[in-house]
Amino acid sequence: VKANVSSVLKATSVKCDLHRLEEGPPEKAELTRDQGLQYYRTMQTIRRMELKADQLYKQKIIRGFCHLYDGQEACAAGIEAGINPTDHLITAYRAHGYTYTRGVSVKEILAELTGRKGGVAKGKGGSMHMYAPCFYGGNGIVGAQVPLGAGIALACQYQGNNQLCVSLYGDGAANQGQLFEAYNMAALWKLPCIFICENNKYGMGTSVERAAASTDYYKRGDYIPGLRVDGMDVLCVREATKFAADHCRSGKGPIVMELQTYRYHGHSMSDPGVSYRTREEIQEVRSKSDPISMLKERMLSHNMASVEEFKEMDVEIRKEVEEAAQFATSDPEPPLDDLCNHIFYNNPPLEVRGTHPWAKLKSLS
Amino acid sequence: MDEELERDERVFLMVEEVAQYDGALQVSRGLWKKYGDKRISTLPFLRVRILIMWRSGGSGGGLLLFKTGPSLPLFQAGLRPICEFMTFNFSMQAIDQVINSAAKTYYMSAGLQPVPIVFRGPNGASAGVAAQHSQCFAAWYAHCPGLKVVSPWNSEDAKGLLKSAIREDNPVVFLENELMYGVPFEMSEESQSKDFTIPIGKAKVERPGSHVTVVSHSRLVGHCLDAAAVLAKEGIECEVINLRTIRPMDVESIEASVMKTNHLVTVEGGWPQFGVGAEICARIMEGPAFNYLDAPVTRVTGVDIPMPYAKILEDHSVPQIKDIIFSIKKTLNV
Repeated sequence: VKANVSSVLKATSVKCDLHRLEEGPPEKAELTRDQGLQYYRTMQTIRRMELKADQLYKQKIIRGFCHLYDGQEACAAGIEAGINPTDHLITAYRAHGYTYTRGVSVKEILAELTGRKGGVAKGKGGSMHMYAPCFYGGNGIVGAQVPLGAGIALACQYQGNNQLCVSLYGDGAANQGQLFEAYNMAALWKLPCIFICENNKYGMGTSVERAAASTDYYKRGDYIPGLRVDGMDVLCVREATKFAADHCRSGKGPIVMELQTYRYHGHSMSDPGVSYRTREEIQEVRSKSDPISMLKERMLSHNMASVEEFKEMDVEIRKEVEEAAQFATSDPEPPLDDLCNHIFYNNPPLEVRGTHPWAKLKSLS
Repeated sequence: MDEELERDERVFLMVEEVAQYDGALQVSRGLWKKYGDKRISTLPFLRVRILIMWRSGGSGGGLLLFKTGPSLPLFQAGLRPICEFMTFNFSMQAIDQVINSAAKTYYMSAGLQPVPIVFRGPNGASAGVAAQHSQCFAAWYAHCPGLKVVSPWNSEDAKGLLKSAIREDNPVVFLENELMYGVPFEMSEESQSKDFTIPIGKAKVERPGSHVTVVSHSRLVGHCLDAAAVLAKEGIECEVINLRTIRPMDVESIEASVMKTNHLVTVEGGWPQFGVGAEICARIMEGPAFNYLDAPVTRVTGVDIPMPYAKILEDHSVPQIKDIIFSIKKTLNV
């Protein structure tokens, strides 16, 4: 640690648009050196992990669907910094970042993507179906996770445990009817639910202007208060999340948050991502608003860390991701006798019909 | 679809991501450029929920189509929509309307409100898309009176049946298959005509045989033909029937075949319980062909589990050609 490195940055500003709120998060946020390094590490790990997944997909070692999160790292990192590990979180299919922030190792995530028994879902779930304690996936059907999130919030309220649920969705899902049903019930019953819209400006190939009559996603909860912040700034995301968490925990009911963010990749690996937006646009975001670069620059310019320290972390992270990829490509596939397991919980062993009547398979809980 | 859009102005297409994305699986590629916004309605990426309400009065009836999400009411008097689901897994979010509004309306209105709509899209297992994206809905939809359910196998089926479905005055669920989109087939001269249609409700004998009837639909018809080729070398001649339509099912064709071969094996990708094969078994039992069976009917189906992701598990979750061969031999007791 250099002698004149400052440990706290006090003056970073949090710009916020408010809906039905007298006041929002504090205008100035504090960042300690340790926090900064931790957020950097988290975001850089997600970034490298996603790029590794891109590589493995192109080598056909990852199959099926793969929706990458690079560009949006500040959302996952910032939200996690604003809630407790015992709070709950549910999201849609662009979920690898959250799987990581919710405590699953890069190794287990990549091994799940490659469909190996060491994957977090033993290879049975794949990209869109990864889970962890207090993390409910990873959901493939657009929007379906939001009412589930409201339900988890209901459980928190029911049990009186002062926990809350973060329920994430994208700008595409924001127009779905089931979200409005979830808003209604959450508001009616004052559920401790933070509805968060990750607005990355495109629902698959449809820009927000072509999809929504109102693109003020933080206002779409109507009677539910809302706030909107820059989703590329991890501190803004953290402060907004803290504010929202306090709101919920104080019994005021749900709150809607909109994070303005951007994805560098297309919708999924089968989408080059340039038929509906320009390469210039993508490049512009990369050069001016990249969440990881922004944090690094901020810390460097305030003398909170050195260039060497960041380099060192980068090297460590690359190594971690490389080792995880090694594991993910060498670990064996799940054994065939796991095929029918996990149909029911707490159930005596079950006989399962195979592809024909003579194939009698076994299912254990 | 292009030919039918050209032929009848009332036909129009509703597809997610059809414009700049060219339709997620490119089935509607080029149509928006040719016909424009009025005929090709591009829906935002929302997993369309279609609410169909009937309006009383007027011959031919009116159809009010709501899409929840951005709730755009579209009033079409006498229009003939083709609605694409990105996959039929997403149709579950709209299934109330498919059943309660589309399937039942003509009956409930005692003939006042026909519903000439086609729901189409890929159905069933794909490759590595895991549990929520791999389900077969043939049995679900075919269970319901008021719907016609069609499941093409090859290019001729796809073209002829889709044109019939579009010209059909009743709701049709058109189950395509993603893995078949890229498979080329030779097409006869006749099938290349703009008026080539295949009747809904009629199965086709793809391969005549005398020892066993093998009935299938969609992609697995190909697997059955492959199995038949292998078995032919051992002197077993399979009669392979391509159902083409699930509902109304052409039971007569199956019966005629069984009365000739005395053995029946059904092959489907969907789950076994309450499925297409189960229905075939019941219908055979209830009809004249039962007395011609020399062995119980064998059903070859997907494994009765949610679809796993890992390749080795996925491969073992769907019928393989070897499973079909095994089942045929067991049925024939050889």
